[in-house]
Amino acid sequence: MRSIWRTLDRGLARDIGLVCVADCLVGVSYGAIAVSSGFPLWLPMLMSLLVFAGASQFMFIGIVAAGGNPFAAVLAGLLANARHLPFGFAVGDVVGQRWTRLFGSHLMSDETVAFAMAQDEAHRRRAAYWACGVGIFVCWNAGVLAGAFAGSAIKDTDVFGLDAAFPAVLLALVLPSLRDQAARLPVLVGVLVALAATPFLPAGLPVLLALAGVVVGIAAKEPELQEAR
Amino acid sequence: MDGVELLIGTAVLALGTFAFRFAGPVLRSRVKLSPRAERLMALAAVVLLAALVAVSALTEGHGFAGFARPAGVLVAGVLAWRKAPFVLVVVAAAATAALLRLAGVP
Repeated sequence: MRSIWRTLDRGLARDIGLVCVADCLVGVSYGAIAVSSGFPLWLPMLMSLLVFAGASQFMFIGIVAAGGNPFAAVLAGLLANARHLPFGFAVGDVVGQRWTRLFGSHLMSDETVAFAMAQDEAHRRRAAYWACGVGIFVCWNAGVLAGAFAGSAIKDTDVFGLDAAFPAVLLALVLPSLRDQAARLPVLVGVLVALAATPFLPAGLPVLLALAGVVVGIAAKEPELQEAR
Repeated sequence: MDGVELLIGTAVLALGTFAFRFAGPVLRSRVKLSPRAERLMALAAVVLLAALVAVSALTEGHGFAGFARPAGVLVAGVLAWRKAPFVLVVVAAAATAALLRLAGVP
């Protein structure tokens, strides 16, 4: 663990810290919304510890609070979290071995994956993943705890524009990957597919369908590879 | 709302989510990936993250998210493209969206 903190330079640590603060505030709003929707105090806290995936948690309380079936709420949450499966393949080398892998996998989130992918050296990838993962885990849960007890003080983090901060973080981390020419067509196709599917499909599924972009990428690349041979 | 129902719902969601997270690293360590497959996995993650950016910037539920949020993300995108510091990129995104909402833009 100690080597991780040594590897982190100050700039990267500051960037990760900023994301942790933003996630903490979103956590406050999650805790406050859950409790003021009539859920018992323990629910947002337990869910944040065990599920630890913001979008699916908001989805769960939103569906149940609106009188929806809890079974449907679980299904919607699982659908939203299915993207962690391909994420795991991409960053599986940094989550640790044996026991640490259990915890390392649990720390997986969009932000941790994006931070890890944005580093080019293996030890920096690992350091970014763990620092961001542990940091967000602590800040998210602390935020939810505060929100659940503080109640409706901060209900709507949209007022602070935090809903724009989340995609902005991911965008800033993903942009360097787009300098790679081979990534552009797959990303473009994936984005268009996801946006086109959003009005019609349940949340979570459109993002998964973006993987069609990878298939297009392979198909477009194959003839070039053969010519090269 | 029934507490037991909520507890079971939380447990199932937690276990399922963990299974998704755990499966990738485990499968990856069992199978020796070719460099080409490794590149594809990295590409898949980039495509997923980019799609997540687009969907979370532009949509809310099944519809359009309004103008404030995409405007904030657009400002962030330009700043990040011009290699502005990360802190500035993120704060500018939030500030743009917040100010637009303050001015009455949805």
